[in-house]
Amino acid sequence: MNYHANEKGYYGEFGGAFIPEMLYPNVEELRQKYLDIMYEASFQEEFHQLLKDYVGRPSPLYYAKRLSEKHNTKVYLKREDLNHTGAHKVNNTIGQILMAQKLGKTRIIAETGAGQHGVATATVCALMGLECIVYMGEIDIARQAPNVARMKMLGAEVRPALSGSRTLKDATNEAIRDWINNPVDTHYIIGSAIGPHPYPDMVTRFQSVISEEIKWQLKEKEGRENPDYVVACIGGGSNAAGTYHHFLDEPEVGIIAVEAAGKGVDTGESAATSALGKVGIIHGCKTMLMQTTDGQITEPYSISAGLDYPGVGPMHSHLFTSGRAEFYSATDDEAMTAGLELTQLEGIIPAIETGHAFAIFQHKTFKPEDVVVISLSGRGDKDLQNYIDYFKL
Amino acid sequence: MTTEKMNRITQKLQEDKKLLSIYFTAGYPKLDDTVTIIQELENHGVDMIEIGLPFSDPLADGPTIQESSTAALKNGMTTELLFGQLQDIRKTVNIPLIVMGYFNPMLQYGVEAFCKKCHEIGIDGIIMPDLPLDVYQADYEAIFKKYGLINIFLITPQTSEERIREIDAASNGFIYMVSSASVTGSKSGFGNEQENYFERIASLKLKNPQIVGFGIKDSETFQQATKKAKGAIIGSAFIKHLTSEGIAGISNFIKSIR
Ligand SMILES: Cc1ncc(COP(=O)(O)O)c(C=O)c1O
Repeated sequence: MNYHANEKGYYGEFGGAFIPEMLYPNVEELRQKYLDIMYEASFQEEFHQLLKDYVGRPSPLYYAKRLSEKHNTKVYLKREDLNHTGAHKVNNTIGQILMAQKLGKTRIIAETGAGQHGVATATVCALMGLECIVYMGEIDIARQAPNVARMKMLGAEVRPALSGSRTLKDATNEAIRDWINNPVDTHYIIGSAIGPHPYPDMVTRFQSVISEEIKWQLKEKEGRENPDYVVACIGGGSNAAGTYHHFLDEPEVGIIAVEAAGKGVDTGESAATSALGKVGIIHGCKTMLMQTTDGQITEPYSISAGLDYPGVGPMHSHLFTSGRAEFYSATDDEAMTAGLELTQLEGIIPAIETGHAFAIFQHKTFKPEDVVVISLSGRGDKDLQNYIDYFKL
Repeated sequence: MTTEKMNRITQKLQEDKKLLSIYFTAGYPKLDDTVTIIQELENHGVDMIEIGLPFSDPLADGPTIQESSTAALKNGMTTELLFGQLQDIRKTVNIPLIVMGYFNPMLQYGVEAFCKKCHEIGIDGIIMPDLPLDVYQADYEAIFKKYGLINIFLITPQTSEERIREIDAASNGFIYMVSSASVTGSKSGFGNEQENYFERIASLKLKNPQIVGFGIKDSETFQQATKKAKGAIIGSAFIKHLTSEGIAGISNFIKSIR
């Protein structure tokens, strides 16, 4: 089976570009040019140079000894938290800002949930001297205050999304409306493997530096390129897509996705799309989507702003329905507990999003000889207030 | 089941006048206002109506239509309910009726079931801004045609001539000409840029007439928009008026336009 996007941007039945005509010229231009631009030698050189000197790649693949002992298996952590700006998001924004420049765009817009993508976008805009506007749900502005301050300091304008649930979905709506209103000079840097084709594929390609590095790093450490499992949390699915990419066609590698169950899958306050969703259209692509029987998009809930999204990227819908990936979901409590465990066993405070990936140990038992690579997608600095409130620190 | 008689949209487009079309969100201000609003609009001389099927995430709409959609959904509007309200609409209303919405609710209802229901009710056309031309042609055109529904496509000032010609070839009613690069309800008047765009499109001599939408709010913008085009659609301005003046104010609003 093919797990990658075909030329029309479909992963099985999922993907495509369900966009109003107002967005067609921009999306079509991107579709026609993205691969040519991305694989120009000069683009690749600049991209990898920045990833190395500015982001600090390759990010380490760290053998987590105490976590391994605790769960009686071999756990490696892919340290995306050590990237400049503190998460995997910057891999994509570096790529897309270079893309925007090649397309001659001078104004950058983005949506953000946890603020990590907003910060990563504001950062590359500062780096390149481009105007930056970040849409963020009003609720998320409140629960991710440090990142809002960082974006402002970086020179970005943070515009609150006041509609709907005032979280990531609504920020994305506002960013798309901005793009409709500013079709000529603006590039929209989408922050996850979502949106109309070619976004899911483009974001995945930029993020695939993660799995590319895991391969050679694991070869050095374990004498083999392929782990038994790769594990990632899924909001829209960009750290997951990047972590899985080079392993999708390696059948011996198990692919594990952890979604946010919020207060519990059946509580009505959840973001576990694979469990609660049906095929639908959101933000320009056909994918698994939480919705009413009438096709209205449901308000999701998760303690982590970055996973608080009612859909998943089309690649992940395909991995789910085809059975290529195992899907789990972790509740707020499970994710917080897992985050605390990682902190106390390894001295690494993860983002709450990332805590969901580590909650896999509460759902699945691995064999002692299994090599399990977990995407440590981001650090927890931005979440300190949430940790303080939750653990009464 | 082909259209034995001419579609009402096609008929209307042949009339020798500039057409005024009104968009409203079904289920707003009150859940049961749908039929009354349609009847009032026809009684006061409106030529065509777009019945908005509310959606939770209307990407191409500005605050006015977003808010009316949210309110309509809160009032309890659903696809099934709307079809129920419209069940007998053809006993009293003769002008063309178009359902306008976003594709996901249609997809969940079932595209064929949706089209069949529209046909039974006497709906003449569909506007789904996020159902793109290529997907429509590949998967749904045959169904729309089977039920005699005209699918209306949008063009914008950024649409290339090549694409406009493609859309013109695929259309069999009118082309919905978005007046400017914007979501609904956000322009304050038309300037040179719009005039040039209106003239440019007119000079293409397309086979389908064009009806201008987005940013038409009063008699002046209606005149400007219809100098070259066959007609114009008013949405946000009508909804604003409905919000402040209620159904009783519809007559004044329409009179103020032409
Ligand atoms: C640290 C971290 N991990 C994961 C995510 C979820 O996004 P994605 O599923 O695109 O990786 C976010 C989003 O903000 C994040 O900040």
